[in-house]
Amino acid sequence: MDFQSITFYFFATVLVASALGVITARNPVHAALLLVLAFFTCAGLWLLLQAEFLAITLVLVYVGAVMVLFLFVVMMLDINLDRMREGFWKWFPFGALLALVMLAEISMVLMGRKFSADQIPTPPLRAADYSNTKELGRLIYTEYVYAFELAAVILLVAIVAAIALTLRRRVGPRFMEPSEQVKVKRSDRVRMVSMPSEKKE
Amino acid sequence: MNFLPPDLAPAYPEIFLLVMVCVVLLADLVAGAKRPYLAYMLAQGALFGCALITLGTSTSDVSYTFSGMFVDDAMADTLKLLTYVTVAMVLVYSRSYIAVRGMLNGEFFSLTLFATLGMMVMISASHFLTLYLGLELLSLSLYAMVALRRDSVEATEAAMKYFVLGALASGFLLYGMSMVYGATGELNIGKVTEVIRNVIQGGDIDDYAVLVVGLVFIVAGISFKLSAAPFHMWAPDVYQGAPTAVVLFIGSAPKLAAFGFVMRLLVEGMGAMVADWQGMLMILAVMSMMIGNLAAIAQTNIKRMLAYSTISHMGFMLLGIVSADGNGYSSSMFYIVIYVLMTLGIFGMIMLLSREGFEAERIDDFKGLNRRNPWYAFITLLLMFSLAGVPPLVGFYAKLSVLQAVLNAGYVWLAVVAVLFSLIGAFYYLRIIKLMYFDEPETDAPIVPPGDIKLLISANGLAVLAFGLFPQSLMAMCAYAIQQSM
Amino acid sequence: MEYAQQLFGQFFGADWGSALFSLTKNLVLILAIVLPLLLSVAYLTLAERKIIAFMQIRVGPNRVTLFGIPWLAGWGQPMADAVKALMKEIIIPNGANKFLFIMAPILTIAPALAAWAVVPFSPEVVLADINAGLLYILAMTSMGVYGVIIAGWASNSKYAFIGAMRCAAQVVSYELAMGFALVCVLMMSHSLNLGDIVKGQEGGSFVNWYLIPLFPMFLVYFISGVAETNRAPFDVAEGESEIVAGFHVEYSGMAFTVFFLAEYSNMILVATLASLIFLGGWLPPFDIAPFTMIPGFIWLLLKIAFLLFFFLWFRATFPRYRYDQIMRLGWKVFIPMTLVWIVLLGSVMQLPASVLGSFPLNLWFH
Repeated sequence: MDFQSITFYFFATVLVASALGVITARNPVHAALLLVLAFFTCAGLWLLLQAEFLAITLVLVYVGAVMVLFLFVVMMLDINLDRMREGFWKWFPFGALLALVMLAEISMVLMGRKFSADQIPTPPLRAADYSNTKELGRLIYTEYVYAFELAAVILLVAIVAAIALTLRRRVGPRFMEPSEQVKVKRSDRVRMVSMPSEKKE
Repeated sequence: MNFLPPDLAPAYPEIFLLVMVCVVLLADLVAGAKRPYLAYMLAQGALFGCALITLGTSTSDVSYTFSGMFVDDAMADTLKLLTYVTVAMVLVYSRSYIAVRGMLNGEFFSLTLFATLGMMVMISASHFLTLYLGLELLSLSLYAMVALRRDSVEATEAAMKYFVLGALASGFLLYGMSMVYGATGELNIGKVTEVIRNVIQGGDIDDYAVLVVGLVFIVAGISFKLSAAPFHMWAPDVYQGAPTAVVLFIGSAPKLAAFGFVMRLLVEGMGAMVADWQGMLMILAVMSMMIGNLAAIAQTNIKRMLAYSTISHMGFMLLGIVSADGNGYSSSMFYIVIYVLMTLGIFGMIMLLSREGFEAERIDDFKGLNRRNPWYAFITLLLMFSLAGVPPLVGFYAKLSVLQAVLNAGYVWLAVVAVLFSLIGAFYYLRIIKLMYFDEPETDAPIVPPGDIKLLISANGLAVLAFGLFPQSLMAMCAYAIQQSM
Repeated sequence: MEYAQQLFGQFFGADWGSALFSLTKNLVLILAIVLPLLLSVAYLTLAERKIIAFMQIRVGPNRVTLFGIPWLAGWGQPMADAVKALMKEIIIPNGANKFLFIMAPILTIAPALAAWAVVPFSPEVVLADINAGLLYILAMTSMGVYGVIIAGWASNSKYAFIGAMRCAAQVVSYELAMGFALVCVLMMSHSLNLGDIVKGQEGGSFVNWYLIPLFPMFLVYFISGVAETNRAPFDVAEGESEIVAGFHVEYSGMAFTVFFLAEYSNMILVATLASLIFLGGWLPPFDIAPFTMIPGFIWLLLKIAFLLFFFLWFRATFPRYRYDQIMRLGWKVFIPMTLVWIVLLGSVMQLPASVLGSFPLNLWFH
């Protein structure tokens, strides 16, 4: 067993354990944090495969942005776990049976010769200056440009939808406009009145 | 590094539409407050422009572009043209409905156009990636549209259910696609077909097992989107909860795209596995017809009833695909076009009967329509008879052509079952006719739709009759589209 | 070096020897970066207090001397502070989530230090010379926010929680602008490697630095950097006037100090990156005799110190932003600005080679 294998098994163990933790943790915040750990170790595994761009992007996008917002929401919600788990045991046998059948089917397929380790070629080792960022960029903007643009349109829809669903023009709120405040001149606020001084009677 | 820029010409309609959506977004931002109908006019203009471009660039041969991710063939052109017409009709029907309910803003129209773009992408996809992305573009826009009326608890609930189940279905689909990718190593539909054929000829059991599992997931995902039983549970809730204008949209144009989706994925992509998916689709079709028709009888809410009716119609449509020959496909296409026409009419009628602060959602709202307005009652009569499949209306011919295809393929029992459930289904359509003509009206509120809606709904109702009398041209168009593309 | 490697090889065997050797070597190198970094953090706090005092016409810390030398009065202050913090008790509030409460400061400091792995200090001196260095730094700095969020949540305190929520929203918002600003840089340099980015700015004088063509992006990057580190005037996450001390209100002793260390080392990181990316890193401002005699490392340090001074200056000068103003600045000013600049830059880069090769564009586009 060489150093690389040890690293792999370490990351793999942490990944599986944290993924299990995500679905068994009682506290949703813990579950979300374990998911972060799972993403992070997954990125580690990708680094072992020399996919540094994907690994770092996974951390940047999922850990750095998506999960932060996720935690944001989960922490704000007051989730009543007991109510959520109501009826869990009632449906458990049914669900477990389904899960077992699915597991059996999927393992029958995945255990087949098609996906055994010797069928999958070892990725070729690349020179140190090989940049898979450049390769990915080239593919995305040439061969997959249509799919890439479509993905961009989907994101645009998400923006439009999010704004359409949340932007609400309230009637009558008062707020300051900094630009207006800056533009104010003295004459707008103060009126100099010259009046003769009055004598004390 | 030598890369040839893709030929954009086949995709001009999509590009034009995308540009127009951005124009709608910006125009509404700039001038939306002063001119509320600007977005509407622009949207209609965009659809018209797309139709012109599609007509102008249509050829009878098949052309690929974007490294084989995009296909432009006769079926794509036909379905796209039908989609434009459908969406344009949806917009006309919904305009005054949404104006009264404070939903007349740029978002409604831009989301509609985005959804249309998604449908177009699905219709002319020749790659698993683009199929999936088109589907997501469509679904995401629809989720948002269902939730547009935020203050309504029902709409929010419907949107939530739609979103969660839709995401699940997308997951199924993606899982199935990844299985197929695992077995074939290809995502391009043409190449997938080739590899599958080789696998079957080579008798590779392991690969074949993976393909079948993938197929199961794909079929499950598709039937979610088609709302075919047993994956239909979202449809009644969404139809009931969403604003009627949105239901009209969800119930019409996306079905055309879904048909294209099924054709691309099952028939073109996995056509070599026809023996496998035939059986699955048969089960789906029979279950849909059974559940749809039986559950519709018990409904008191007309939108919910129509949802179940949709489920049964989708089952019927699947029968044509089950027959797995050119005739079957074209009869399915004919069926879906006719179904969309009838759905447009009936939901248009529901919106016509609704007014400010009142939704004509109960079946009882149709009571005595004949007294209130005999012409609209007659149109509804035509639509209902057509949905039930009564000759000489076009619904009859649609059913007939599908049944013929099924019989040709040798599934007599399937045809018998289909006829049986159609007869059961006729009950709830006829019930509405009975309510309209033989019951006392509950209200005497006048029905005063704007002129263009009046015209369109009359044309819609009469078209059902006209196509019923002369179905050949439409039938020939469907047959041509399928024949040129397969 | 080779001798040490051989020694490892003989001691642990050929396979393990090289792995353990590189592990040890890296550990030593990490210490060589982290120790000076922590020392500079300590003295940055002193500099901050002295400079702000100067701006406010005060004296600042002037009691603790080093080794009893009178003109070093105040120079022992950081040491005294460190000792004080070490002696204090770490109080864990009632109902707090103990594990996460302790983990939070660690999660804050770890990415702040880890980001330094790819920072080059001169053309040769860099711990990990990876291709996607810039992305790596973005990823690491974006993880820093977890410490803050977890601290706020685990403290079981409303003030801490509000501070954490503010911080999360703010950091995620400004990360976008920061990322877009950096996209401009990598468009110009055709590389994500920090060393290559500096090399792209070579060419004779400060005119070639990306500061000149990308000046607005430099401003966006630097201001976003201030916001990312939760420094004044963007320090609403602490906001002592309304939420006491924000996310670290419940922290004391060493746990609090670790947050402090992370904040300051992040400041230094932002300043270092800005110097490398926009100010030519170790390149002298003029490539002629008196300037080239000073080693590049010193130039880099000077630039970093110059930018750090701005951090302190801001704090002494600007009043704190209101929260909605922070959001407005991030989303409605910076992000559109960077997007426009990306399009503009892209169009310029598409100009024919003859135009790009002529003055003044040939200064930056090669």
